[in-house]
Parts: sequence; structure tokens; C-alpha cells
Amino acid sequence: MDEARIARRASSPRLWLAGGWLLLALLAAIFAPLVAPQDPLAQDLMLERLPPFWLDGAEPGYWLGTDSLGRDLLSRLIFGGRIAFIVAFAAATSACLIGSALGLIAGYFGGWADRIISRIVDVWMAFPPVLFAILLVAVLGTGLSSVILAIAIIDWTRFCRVIRAEAMSQARMDYVESARIAGYGRIGIMLREVLPNVLPSVVALLSLEMGIAVIVEAILSFVNLSISTDDPTWGSIIAEGRLSIHQAWWVLVFPLITLILTVLSFSQFGEALKARFDPVLR
Amino acid sequence: MSACLDICELSAVLPNGQRVLRSVSLSVQPGEVRALVGESGAGKTMIGKAVLGVLPKSVRVVEGEMLIEGEDLGRLDAKARRNLIGARTALIPQDPLTALNPSRRIGAQMTDRLVRILGWSGERADQRIRQLLDEVQIRDPERVLKSYPHELSGGLRQRVLIAAAFAAEPRLIVADEPTTALDVTVQKQILRLIAQLQREHGTAILFVTHDLGVVAKISQKVSVLYAGKVVEEAETAQLFAAPQHAYTRALIAATPRYTDPYASLKPVDESVLAGLTAEIAAADNDWRPGHG
Ligand SMILES: Nc1ncnc2c1ncn2[C@@H]1O[C@H](COP(=O)(O)OP(=O)(O)OP(=O)(O)O)[C@@H](O)[C@H]1O
Ligand SMILES: [Mg+2]
Repeated sequence: MDEARIARRASSPRLWLAGGWLLLALLAAIFAPLVAPQDPLAQDLMLERLPPFWLDGAEPGYWLGTDSLGRDLLSRLIFGGRIAFIVAFAAATSACLIGSALGLIAGYFGGWADRIISRIVDVWMAFPPVLFAILLVAVLGTGLSSVILAIAIIDWTRFCRVIRAEAMSQARMDYVESARIAGYGRIGIMLREVLPNVLPSVVALLSLEMGIAVIVEAILSFVNLSISTDDPTWGSIIAEGRLSIHQAWWVLVFPLITLILTVLSFSQFGEALKARFDPVLR
Repeated sequence: MSACLDICELSAVLPNGQRVLRSVSLSVQPGEVRALVGESGAGKTMIGKAVLGVLPKSVRVVEGEMLIEGEDLGRLDAKARRNLIGARTALIPQDPLTALNPSRRIGAQMTDRLVRILGWSGERADQRIRQLLDEVQIRDPERVLKSYPHELSGGLRQRVLIAAAFAAEPRLIVADEPTTALDVTVQKQILRLIAQLQREHGTAILFVTHDLGVVAKISQKVSVLYAGKVVEEAETAQLFAAPQHAYTRALIAATPRYTDPYASLKPVDESVLAGLTAEIAAADNDWRPGHG
């Protein structure tokens, strides 16, 4: 009990810090047109490579400086957050729904359902994921929906494996047998008895997967395979920043920090939520 | 009046052909407690699972019949069988922790069965559960109903499971070593509680145990199981007074007595076991499913 309580206390600042950053970034992305100080696409060669506000030569209104075309970095990061979050939510949720459902069925029912699903997972996992993503996007064509689709298609196995193992160990528990004796149907038992016990893991994985989706999207736009318009994405800003690292380090460093903070927050937030929801740890 | 539970010549095998139950016959009359005693691996739990329709997939019943209140389970389709077992039987399991769903509150788990399976109103189910919690001497039902299983002690969890087992007024309860996972002082209370509720509700119990001391306290009839075979059955008093089978005598000699705890115990005699094993092997050689 005491250990559980300590774990819960420890999870609290983690939950609030990670959740706080995510909320801030999410709100900024949603209300980007209102909160962004500049037009993220407006170029102004008079203002190129302005440094962030605390350095000499900074201009008011351009807090994090500008890139080599004179576009405001902070505004670009805020607008880039829109695509990051859209991809994170859509891709992770789709991967989660497919993977968790199949994992639950495989783990709870076992038998041939499990054999088929596990075999598919094995085949899937044989592909290196990043290569797989690039290949998929090359086939599906670039664009937001292909990126989302590619991530979902690749990463559902992550959910499937974990949830299968958990459902399997839950299915062996006596409470499932008692439910059988009492006369519950199999599907009813799967949804009412087993699902709530694997839900904390689903939530943790979902949050982690959102972070992964953000990285994958950044990688894809870094190699210019994500969305093809001029809309800023964190990956494309990083790609541009890399070219001007010697003249304007901030164009590389700030999007990297944003990306890392967001990804870490997603994974920490998920872990903390799991600790919260897990009745045995609570 | 037909027996509450009637098992006739039940045999079951593993995929490798090994027999786990060998023409087991036993019956439990209404309102009676029958102990099923035997050492670990004898097949006690298998019999309980067979009755409740939850045998592991790998175990196949190859012959025999099971009747609950005269209804032959083998003649019913799967759904009717489930309904019959769900309505007339209940289980008091060995491990009270894993037998409760860790992520659902006790109250919800207990009423859910009555409401969903038996179609009771929520209010009636709630009342019933509270009444049962009172009968198993739980003093603070409010707290228990709101708790998650891990928040209760082992003894309290087992009380909850006993209450749940009796709640729907089953005709037959299978109790599979319900006190083994508890410490000694709690064991006695739980045993007394089961005996008391059994008497008040007039429920028949198939009481699985490996402890002859428990057998003497709770049951009226006993079946002694060895390697999936019933080697002796008798009234409890009769069994202790005049055990017929050599294995039963050895088992009694191997049980510590409260009156004389320092008397030397004899482990079950090797020659008795060797004789039994040979007897069973010979019977197995002659045995084919259906020709028992
Ligand atoms: N899931 C299973 N699949 C195959 N064989 C099993 C399974 N569970 C148990 N057995 C075997 O069936 C036999 C009877 O086991 P059972 O659990 O009924 O014994 P028991 O009398 O309840 O013993 P214990 O006192 O240890 O609970 C044993 O030989 C055991 O190895
Ligand atoms: Mg057992």
C-alpha cells in the first residue's frame, strides 16, 4: 500500500508538468491564428536571421528570431504544432483502435484467432518501421492523410502485442472463470471484465504512440515526404534549420527542443495516467 | 427426490491420453456437504471444474454423465447448460484475490451478477447483497461495497466471495479449498461461516480439500480420491471410525490430531501407494472409453 502511495505521489508532478506542456502546446496550436505574433508564411528579407529576444539585434515581436527568409520562428512553430497534433491524435488513435481490438481478441480467445493475428504481427514486425513508413508514403503519395494512414498501418502492432499479452494473463484469472460459471457470454466477459483491466496499458501506450507519431511525422517532413504545401511543420523547420546552423542556430535548436519536449511529455503523461488509473497501483 | 448433484462413471483424459479422472461416481444430496479429499494432483479441482462446465480446453471428457437436480448436462445444448449451471450452482474459489476483478468495485461485481444474469432489479440485488454481507459478519458494508479487491484483507475478500456465492440461492456450491490461501486463525472463522450459511440456506456443497481435519468438521459424507479414482466413499463418521481402504487408513494416520499434536506422524506408506498405483495401471490397461 505504502509503495503504491509513494508511486502515486511521484507520478503527480510528472503528470502535471507533462500535461501542462501538452495543454499549452495544444491550445497554442488550436488558436494559432490568434496567438501567433506574425504570419508564419510572411517573408521579409529585411528581417532575415534575426536572433532570439535576449541577443543583440533582436526585434520586438520576433521572440525566437527569424529564419533565412525572414519568417517568424515562434509563429512557424505554433502553426507547425497543428500538423503535429493532428497527426498525433489521428494516427495514434487509429493504431490504438486496430491494435487493441485485435490484441484483446487474440489474447482472450486464444486458439486459431490468436494464431492468425500473431502471425500477421510477426510478419509486420519484420519490416524496419522507418523504411516501412517511407515506402508506404511513397506508395500512398505525400499528404497529411497518407502520413496518418502510414503511421497507423505500421504501429498498430505495438498495441496488439502488449494488449494481447495482458489480455492473455487476465483471461487465466479466476475471476474470468467465475464469470463463465455465472453464465456471462464470452464477448461480454471480454468487454466488461477483461477490457477494464487492460485499459490503463492502452492509455499509456496511446499517449506514447502520440509522441512516436510526432517524431515519425517530423522525420517524414524532414526527408520531404510529409505534406507538400508550404505549411510549416516541425520536421521541415528542422530541415531548414540544419542548412543555416552556422548563421542561425536558433532555427534548428528551438524546433528540436519543442519536438523533444512534446515527445517526452506524451510518454511521461501516459505513464503517469496509467499509474493513476491502475486500481492496484492507485 | 433426485440428488442435487449426481456424477456417474466420469472419465476424462489429457491430449496425451493420460487419464485425469477414472470412472468417478459421486453424488451430493440436497442440503448435504460432501467432502472430496485427496492429495495434490488427485483431480479434485478437475471434478469441480467438470461440474461447473469450465474444464481446461486440453481436458476431454470421454465418458460418464453429470446430473444437476436430475437434469443431464450432457443432453443440454451449450446455452441451456450454461444457464442451468449459472442459475443453480456457484463457486467458492481457493484464491480470493484472483477470483475478484481487480478493476471493479466489490459492490458492482456482486450486484452485477444478480441483475444481469438473473434479471433482478438493481434495488433488490443491492438489498440482497447487504443482507448477505451481514450474514458473513461484515461490519462495515458501505466501505466494503465501495472498495476495490486489493484494498481488503484476504479474510474479508473470502467473506465477500462466500456472500456472493450464496447470494443467488444456488442449490449446489462447489468450494475448492476455500481456506487454503488464508492463515490459520482466519481459516477457522471462514470454515465456521461456510458451515453456518450452509445450514441456514440448506445449500448442498461439494467441498474440495486435502485436509482431513476440515473434512471431519464440515462434511457428512466423504469421497477419497487418489489419482483421479474414488477409492472409498462413506459417511464422514464412518470413514474415521472404520476406514475400509488401505489408502484411507494411511491418509488418516498421516493427519495431525489436535488432541495429540506431538504424536509421531506416519507419512503415507510407500507400499500402500505402490499397490494402488499397480491396481490403477492394471485397470487402465483394460480400459477403453465407453466400455469402462
Ligand atoms: N490445465 C490443465 N491441463 C492439463 N492438465 C492439467 C491441468 N490442470 C491440472 N492438470 C492435471 O490434472 C491432474 C489433476 O489436477 P487437479 O488440479 O484436479 O488436482 P487437485 O486434486 O485439485 O490438486 P491440488 O490439491 O494441488 O489443487 C493433475 O495431474 C494435473 O497435473
Ligand atoms: Mg486443486
